[in-house]
Amino acid sequence: MSALPPERRTAWERVQFARNPARPKTLDYIGGLIERWVELHGDRAHGDDKALVTGIGSFEGRSVVVLGHQRGSDTRENLVRNFGMPRPEAYRKAVRMMETAEKFVLPMICFVDTPGADPGMQSEERGQAVAIAGALYALANLPVPVVVVVIGEGGSGGALAISTGDRILMMENAVYSVASPEASATILWHDATKAPEAAEKMKITATDLLGFGIVDRIIAEPPDGAHADAETAIRSVGSCIRESLQELDADYQTDRGYDEGRLLTARAEKYRRIGAWHEDRPQLTEAYRDIAEA
Amino acid sequence: MKDWFRRHHPPSFQAAGENNREIPDDLWTKCPGCGELLYQRELEVNDWVCARCAHHFRLRAPQRLAQLTDEASFEEHEAGLRPADPLDFVSATESYQEKLDQARKKAKLSEAMVVGTARLNGCPIVIAVTDFRFMGGSMGSVYGEKLVRAVDLARERRLPVLTVSASGGARMHEGMYSLMQMAKTTAAFAQLGRERLPHISLLTDPCTGGVTASYATNADVIVAEPGALIGFAGPRVIEQTTRQKLPQGFQTAEFCLQHGMVDMVTPRRELRPVISNLVQLLCGNVRVAS
Repeated sequence: MSALPPERRTAWERVQFARNPARPKTLDYIGGLIERWVELHGDRAHGDDKALVTGIGSFEGRSVVVLGHQRGSDTRENLVRNFGMPRPEAYRKAVRMMETAEKFVLPMICFVDTPGADPGMQSEERGQAVAIAGALYALANLPVPVVVVVIGEGGSGGALAISTGDRILMMENAVYSVASPEASATILWHDATKAPEAAEKMKITATDLLGFGIVDRIIAEPPDGAHADAETAIRSVGSCIRESLQELDADYQTDRGYDEGRLLTARAEKYRRIGAWHEDRPQLTEAYRDIAEA
Repeated sequence: MKDWFRRHHPPSFQAAGENNREIPDDLWTKCPGCGELLYQRELEVNDWVCARCAHHFRLRAPQRLAQLTDEASFEEHEAGLRPADPLDFVSATESYQEKLDQARKKAKLSEAMVVGTARLNGCPIVIAVTDFRFMGGSMGSVYGEKLVRAVDLARERRLPVLTVSASGGARMHEGMYSLMQMAKTTAAFAQLGRERLPHISLLTDPCTGGVTASYATNADVIVAEPGALIGFAGPRVIEQTTRQKLPQGFQTAEFCLQHGMVDMVTPRRELRPVISNLVQLLCGNVRVAS
């Protein structure tokens, strides 16, 4: 696709990599890394959302809960998976799985790969905003280690809702953005065709986000991208997850399980640090004076 | 209108005087609800609610604070925080710095979020109000930081938190920093909750996107103003995606009440007694400052 060496790929090229239908998806990572996998279904209230896969299994000998957005490889599968766009049931299923993780002290692994939460009428009727907020809140209170891997496209609140863990790992050609490049271009310039420009301006690549302190680590992909050598990509993801879990064990594991207070405080602090602002002593600056006099 | 709050710190917004009117200069205002021409002075007396059709006009943050909190009780905090430009956002048509300058002039605020302490029917609270006129009440780094510091203050002094939201969601111009404010504010409110301090959220017109999908609905009680637009995706996005016309009343506060997303829809006039009663009841068995 690109003649440029990997480190010089543009943001828009990476968007194409992230969306490549042949790129490994959540179920591929589960297939390669999770043994004794059991998928669990349903939010116990309305339905089972196939855009978000959840279940339990064994990662290198330890029991874990796994969540992940699931896109399809073709149109037929994408219709079943709603193109990886979760509806409210998905987030309520995620919260249910977090309760299981807490109860049985199981670390959680989340795979992020969605264009965003479903923006349809029925999703609004069933409380899409409240469902996403609920998942964020449950994750902020979940006293087990959570490792997140952005494997493809991290789109907006629909991605964030299962992403606020203790470690955020991001694949080299994955992207993560406040809104998809197309939506960003529409919002900013009323022109979706300017998506490539939006992709550059919005700073959505793994390198950008590592620099911002938003992701913790970049997972290298095979030279031609994860889709060109899925097996190697999956193996790299596995070893990075292992290292992250080991780090979290070293920091928070005690004789009686995880140190919940320290883990949750550290997680809150991790997100508290994210932001960019100027701070004056509370007094009227030039700008305010101009306004006051205007 | 002059003395409704004390200035312990110089405020981030211009408080008193002629520039502080919702719709300046005109003596008459056309109601967007019923089309009636309303006399501005009467509207003010009526808390910016149309006497004929009960349409609730949008309030700016200073007006909201004046309407909701006890007279001269509001004390602003964190007024010194100003937005940075972490993406160096410049495009052919506009830069973030230019947008911010315009917003400051238009809204007469330094940011979309104003936080501080106040009293509500005598109860001390921490209050955080969004102003929709500042870049659509969008949540960027300063919005998130002010809110988190307000929550810290509430934890330190053991005070309940009232948030009043009117926002289009995350601010595009700060990119992922903006999205992460959803995580940041949620984490802070989760800490508040673990310490058994209440969060009451008042949703006002309009409230969509990342604000509705984070702290604004992670509350012990969610109150909505009549007619307020509340949702995740905005109506235009839904119509574009589904190519369907939305039915009348879709995503209104009343619709959200019917679908179980908010606890109550409360007219502006009744907000103060209703919210102070809630705060007192919730704090019946926990220690809070008095």
